[in-house]
Amino acid sequence: MSRRPSRFLLGGRRFSPAASLALAAPFLLLLLVVFLLPLATLLHESLFVPEPGIGNYARALQEPVYLRVMLRTLRIALFVTLLALLLAWPLALLMARSKGLGLALLAAAVLLPLWTSVLVRTYAWMVLLQRNGVVNQMLAQLGLSDQPMRLLYTEGAVVLAMAHVLLPFMVLPIYSALKGIPEDYSRAAQMLGASPWASFREVTWPLCLPGVTSGCLMVFLLALGFFVTPALIGGPQQMMIATLVSQQVREMLDWPFAGALVGILLFFVLMLTLLFRRAVRLDRFVGQA
Amino acid sequence: MLTLDPGRNAGSIAIEGLVKRFGPVRAVDDVSLDIRAGEFLALLGPSGSGKTTILMAIAGFEYPDAGRILLGGEDITWLPPNRRNLGMVFQRYTLFPHMSVLENIAFPLKMRGIGRAEREERARDALRTVQLEQMGARQPAQLSGGQQQRVAIARAIVYRPRVLLMDEPLSALDKKLREEMQIEIKHLQREIGITVVFVTHDQTEALTMADRVAVLDHGRLQQIGAPRDLYEAPQTEFVAGFIGETNFWSGTAAIAAARGEAVAVRLDGGGVMPATAVSPLPPGGRVRLALRPERLRIAAGGEGLEARVTEAIYAGNATTLMLQAAGGQMLRLRIPAGAGLPEAAVGEAVTLGWQAADARAFAVTP
Amino acid sequence: MAAARSRPNRAGRMALNAAAYAVTVFLLLPTLIIIPMSVGPERFLRFPPAGFSLRWYAEYFHDAEWIAATLFSLEVGLIAAFCATVAGTMLALALVRGRLPGRGLVELLVVGPVIVPHVALAVAMFLVFERLRLTGTLLGFAMAHTVLALPFVVFTVLAALYRFDAELERAALSCGAGRFATFRHVTLPLIAPGVVSAALFAFIISFDEPVVSFFISDLDRKTLPRKMFEDIDYNISPTLAAVATMLTALTVLALLAGFVLKRAAERRAAARNG
Repeated sequence: MSRRPSRFLLGGRRFSPAASLALAAPFLLLLLVVFLLPLATLLHESLFVPEPGIGNYARALQEPVYLRVMLRTLRIALFVTLLALLLAWPLALLMARSKGLGLALLAAAVLLPLWTSVLVRTYAWMVLLQRNGVVNQMLAQLGLSDQPMRLLYTEGAVVLAMAHVLLPFMVLPIYSALKGIPEDYSRAAQMLGASPWASFREVTWPLCLPGVTSGCLMVFLLALGFFVTPALIGGPQQMMIATLVSQQVREMLDWPFAGALVGILLFFVLMLTLLFRRAVRLDRFVGQA
Repeated sequence: MLTLDPGRNAGSIAIEGLVKRFGPVRAVDDVSLDIRAGEFLALLGPSGSGKTTILMAIAGFEYPDAGRILLGGEDITWLPPNRRNLGMVFQRYTLFPHMSVLENIAFPLKMRGIGRAEREERARDALRTVQLEQMGARQPAQLSGGQQQRVAIARAIVYRPRVLLMDEPLSALDKKLREEMQIEIKHLQREIGITVVFVTHDQTEALTMADRVAVLDHGRLQQIGAPRDLYEAPQTEFVAGFIGETNFWSGTAAIAAARGEAVAVRLDGGGVMPATAVSPLPPGGRVRLALRPERLRIAAGGEGLEARVTEAIYAGNATTLMLQAAGGQMLRLRIPAGAGLPEAAVGEAVTLGWQAADARAFAVTP
Repeated sequence: MAAARSRPNRAGRMALNAAAYAVTVFLLLPTLIIIPMSVGPERFLRFPPAGFSLRWYAEYFHDAEWIAATLFSLEVGLIAAFCATVAGTMLALALVRGRLPGRGLVELLVVGPVIVPHVALAVAMFLVFERLRLTGTLLGFAMAHTVLALPFVVFTVLAALYRFDAELERAALSCGAGRFATFRHVTLPLIAPGVVSAALFAFIISFDEPVVSFFISDLDRKTLPRKMFEDIDYNISPTLAAVATMLTALTVLALLAGFVLKRAAERRAAARNG
């Protein structure tokens, strides 16, 4: 939505406000009923049940059990972001330098996971990491371990699997930022006496920083509210906010408290989005096939 | 003002037997060139002629498959670009968008570990050289195209390189600005005494700016020489056709001729006319005749070639006649205004003539 | 001389490329390793598989619960893709070609379902749907998935509309076509690849959607991802590996179709400019 719409329009003029509204009506109605109304109901519940006030929020932020979950969520989201950044860099750089078939293959390697079901990818990690899973089988065959190691339900496993699942969201914006830097810039820098490393540090890095910010933000946001992977790979031992919400709703039937947790999660997400409003370029993730 | 100390041949470049292949294509095919210190040399050719590849090899962005490149007598063929100490101005202004104008110019000095105070002073000095001293604090995007290119030049000369490489630096500018910049760059080059290697596909630009022009085609060096030599004494058919306007004509040599001798050529459309042999011609050998439109004359009666005027185009300083010769050949003839030369109207039959020295006959290799 | 001929920085670049290829393997391997494992004959997943057998694929096709979940997901996906495509295309038209009051707010709403964590949305829907008796119903699922797929449809169609040269509409009008005829014969055919690929990805989003499905399913009506979720949680049976393999194959097909559509759109754009 960065480009301005063209000035010449259907029929030589734009649709009238009324016609525009009519076109937008189905969208607005759906969002109102299935998006805004449910969220408002849940947040209302958290503020007015059992009695009006911020009791539910205070409980979430004061009881050590819940505080620990929130700190773990922040910590995991941070590690996932850093790991994804580390892994995304070389791939994005190689993609930016590739053309033709090479680029198509690399892009497929990024897009296929992006569109493969999160469940399938999480399931794959469970198969790899379980007690008699592939990793433990390999380690045993290589004689590196006498008995299977416990890999599942550890924080490390959650971070690894989430970084894997979210990696495309880091690669794509960095790639598109790198792609936007003309090759002549780094050539000019080298001509002017910059070593390859200095040229990267002084020119490429600052110019692709918006893409890096965008990728980090996307991954961090998605990681904060991630449900499937922590639920299956982390289990109750590595509970994150999303799994805690699920537990409160499905096992404790404590809607108001779940609402408060959702409220806190939404607060984080909205704050970050507003802070980095310009970095969130969601359209980067569509139409990339 | 920034000037270079008159070192020995520090700014000379020697290219020896350069070959660069891209897959099956020989982008540069055994090119040797000597560029003198302080000289303005233009590499001229159509796209795909190898001129940019040669420049990139000098800059260090392409490594040749054979041959070597010497800078001031020192082999730099395999040196990375950042250690060659050359200046370069690119086609599109490559000012770094996240740095101010002054920071851009100071960048190469920073890369050379020069202290902040000296950096700024020298950057300001360079900015003055290109007459933009007020613009230091601006962002590149706030400058016009011409100003950006001047900053790019300042950035490329601030560390006093011996050689400045320019890759079609004016092609993004409009015509008027381009002509101004041509003179400005030429002036700056004389003042500083820097060697310039200038790539362009625009023959007027090359003729206007360069001390010598190297014409390339299909990776081969066709001819190198002063602009006047190229225009008046092209050594190959390609050069004759690429530089300036030319009428081409096919025929056979009526007699044998050594290089530089006058020869009579039997034209394919009929008629025998004089020319100068550019290469040795055997009798009866096929030739291509090249003749500039302004050297073609309407003969005031007497012997010559019969032709009919099909179009007359008046352009103020000259009139161009389009002619059809008796054999069907189409020709252009230019009559400068005010020289009192005979003219002709559309539909009129005329007799054409020229001096042997003005028509160049190239041997056609079958 | 031989040493000097080696290109500078080659080592650094090779190290970087090696790292990039390693990351590519990391991205693909976990999903791909499931494929050989799904054709193993044993009750426990093993790599490499001890033999070749399509037993677990047969198991899937003979299990009424798997088939019911698949058909339900298919039904939901088709309805959601249709609704999201129609509503999303209309909105994109209003955004590009209209004077929409409160445009900024609407744009914010478009990104809403992507920014808001799905678990938050799922729980909120669960709460409201339960009160409205919509859990486990086709209507409930279709509405929920339509909303989740809408942002992607809007972005894709917006991109197609921005690529589209509006001069062509003026040309059609100057040829005497009316506003509707212009849309029908010029605009729509030219943005069609974008619209079709939007529908394709809307379907995939719905078909694969695990989180909302996890909450708003009930005991007898569940989508395929919800059924997978339960099975993963209780027992990692090889049937799941077979299902995962088939889902991955479906994604590959959808991506290929999307690629073909994009090429078609580019060819049209090139034909117009050339």
